[in-house]
Amino acid sequence: MVLTRSKKRVAKSQTPPLKRAEKPQALALKRKAEKPQALALKKGGAKSQKTPPLKKQKKEVVVEEDPSEDDDEEVSDDAAASTDVESDDGEEEGLGSSGFFSDDDGEENDDDGEELLGDDFLEGSGDEEEHSDSGSGSDSDSDEGDIEKESKLIDEEEAKEEEDAKAELLDFNKEAGDDAFRLPTEEELEEEARGPPDLPLLQSRIKEIVRALSNFSVLRPNGASRKDCVEQLKSDIASYYGYNSFLIGALFELFPPVELMELVEAFEKQRPTSIRTNTLKVNLTRRRDLADVLLNRGVNLDPLSKWSKVGLVVYDSQVPIGATPEYLSGFYMLQGASSFLPVMALAPQENERIVDVAAAPGGKTTYVAALMKNTGLIFANEMKLPKVLGEKSVDRVLLDAPCSGTGVISKDESVKVSKSLEEIKKFAHLQKQLLLAAIDMVDATSKTGGFIVYSTCSLMVAENEAVIDYALKKRSVQLVKTGLDFGQDGFVRFREHRFHPSLNKTKRFYPHVHNMDGFFVAKLKKMSNMKQASEDDDEALGTVDEADVPSDDDEAEAMEEMEKPKKTKESKEGLAKSKESKKGKKSKSKKGEDPPKIKKQRKNRTEMRMEISQAREEKRKAMREKSKEKQ
Amino acid sequence: MRPLDENETTVVFEKIFKFVGNNLKNIVENPSHEGPEPEAGRYCFRLQRNRVFYVSESLVKRATNISRKNLVSLGTCIGKYTHAGSFHLTIMSLNLLAANAKHKVWLKPTSEMSFLYGNHVLKGGLGRITDSIVPGDGVVVFSMSDVPLGFGIAAKSTQDCRKLDPNGIVVLHQADIGEYLRDEDEL
Repeated sequence: MVLTRSKKRVAKSQTPPLKRAEKPQALALKRKAEKPQALALKKGGAKSQKTPPLKKQKKEVVVEEDPSEDDDEEVSDDAAASTDVESDDGEEEGLGSSGFFSDDDGEENDDDGEELLGDDFLEGSGDEEEHSDSGSGSDSDSDEGDIEKESKLIDEEEAKEEEDAKAELLDFNKEAGDDAFRLPTEEELEEEARGPPDLPLLQSRIKEIVRALSNFSVLRPNGASRKDCVEQLKSDIASYYGYNSFLIGALFELFPPVELMELVEAFEKQRPTSIRTNTLKVNLTRRRDLADVLLNRGVNLDPLSKWSKVGLVVYDSQVPIGATPEYLSGFYMLQGASSFLPVMALAPQENERIVDVAAAPGGKTTYVAALMKNTGLIFANEMKLPKVLGEKSVDRVLLDAPCSGTGVISKDESVKVSKSLEEIKKFAHLQKQLLLAAIDMVDATSKTGGFIVYSTCSLMVAENEAVIDYALKKRSVQLVKTGLDFGQDGFVRFREHRFHPSLNKTKRFYPHVHNMDGFFVAKLKKMSNMKQASEDDDEALGTVDEADVPSDDDEAEAMEEMEKPKKTKESKEGLAKSKESKKGKKSKSKKGEDPPKIKKQRKNRTEMRMEISQAREEKRKAMREKSKEKQ
Repeated sequence: MRPLDENETTVVFEKIFKFVGNNLKNIVENPSHEGPEPEAGRYCFRLQRNRVFYVSESLVKRATNISRKNLVSLGTCIGKYTHAGSFHLTIMSLNLLAANAKHKVWLKPTSEMSFLYGNHVLKGGLGRITDSIVPGDGVVVFSMSDVPLGFGIAAKSTQDCRKLDPNGIVVLHQADIGEYLRDEDEL
């Protein structure tokens, strides 16, 4: 009540400055007579009524009013005062402030202050129903006629109040907008840039802009376009939280401002430590047993979530969780909750052949092994993927691709400043190559498998949906459900990109929503071993390989090369001419070599390769037999 | 990667024999369900760089294709050859040894951590001990909850242990699971 009224008063004071110009002055004079202190303040207040910020006015008025009254009635007084104020024209500062101090007298004083109410001031020391102008007279009188007048006045005041209230609201919004938030001018920005960043100021400004952006048509600060607000917000967040401008811009494209703030706040904190029980260890096969043992040691833990049977989250621990005898005996492994997800999506079966393309440090690989119950074959690879595996030799592939790490900023703060657009592009290129290689390794005709799981710990669309989309175009694969029933679906369209509609089967995980590191998981099923007809890009990738072929003596590599032409034999023959001509063109532009020469080489190569492949297969069979004899 | 030759095989088997005795047969002839074939293969020993690996046949077959500089590890590493040419069993063979151990020692909970730091087993920390231990035997060290903690060489026979004062050494420490943290780089 008090506040609104004071606000009202403030607004009112601002809107019709002309009306009240006289009153304050009159007030000032009268006040002088009565109380020098109040006067002095009032004068200042009066002068400030017209132009200064509302807050100052309020303060001054309040101060002035206080000394005049000694009563302590507050709310009721304020109410009365407000009515009084309403009746008066100058319901400004004095009224509001006095209401605040909640003295009947104060209110009356306000009224007086507003208008020429010296009489009221003197007389209305106890009346709550005094009115400024007309009220003064009625206050002094105690006749019945006065009472009628008073009631009329009260009605009028109420009507005025309503009007003023509406006017105030509009004014308040504007003023509040201005007062509470205004985009800093260039000079202010320069000043800020000079000294160390003023953190509280930045934080309040960030909050204000976010609030304004959420309801921009109503709350927009004066004269500022949405773009300006957004730019200011970006630079504020960047300097407050320590991001570089590229990353903030990229995150801005992904999330609305309010969610962005939640995300950034979530990045500032660590995600909870989680461990995974090792179901292969005979002693403690069940999570509960391990939990009991650790509880005895003084570790505070809980089951991770309902979607994982082997996960436990550690709140705190008296002993270092990475050094207990249980850990050293291999009963559990420290692993982030988000790292469970791609392995769960992969769902490896027993007696399968699995390749983990980016295995280090091995948490996911060992989880795969645990799920397979020590059967089958796992090829854990790190760094360069050797071609020895050949193609169509593997049932499932897990590719947790190297990425920019924008989802795990809570673990590694250097990501905030070190990533740029070029790096993201480099990662995307590497990821595309790895994914194609992974797809090629899988045998589409495998009885139990034929799946590839691609995952990254990044939030960027360029590394996630774009890579999957590329793979969908380049190989005969399809997206299938990951099997994770929580998490947000991947984007089907993003800014100017339009992805394949099945991209919504991929899953995204966010720190501020799921309380785990930012993650992206996609599960692909290989439909056939054919590489698709869009072979221009294959050729482009293949040029690198073909250049290496003649110099490379490794059997396996050659075999892979030979297999490629084998598989695409039919299509290649059909498209041979067009391909070669394209090749010729490419080589022309690139190297300036003789196009016909290259075409000839290509033709010869394919034929040769087939012959060589057969020869080498025979050799290999012979070797195998030899090694079997040895063993 | 290559199979062990005669000398190497004898050396490795001798070391293992100290711990498992006649169970050595089990180790060598253990049917292996690793690998994608439905029928069980056998386990074999392979030498890669200076490490001896205990690995099932099916894995070995597939690993032959990987070039030497690319292959890091296969199956379970059970020991290393030093520069001088002698063979030591490493902690990574613990599971294999513990499953087939002939001589065992159980530690009291209070002295578990001491052993995990690399100290020898003292009489005061001894919970249980199997009979018929001869000095120089390989002994596998367990905690009271039957969790293998490491292994070592017996310093005293079981009889002598009873007469020993509480600070006497019972088992000379050779390897313990704390080494996974202490000697991470060397394993």
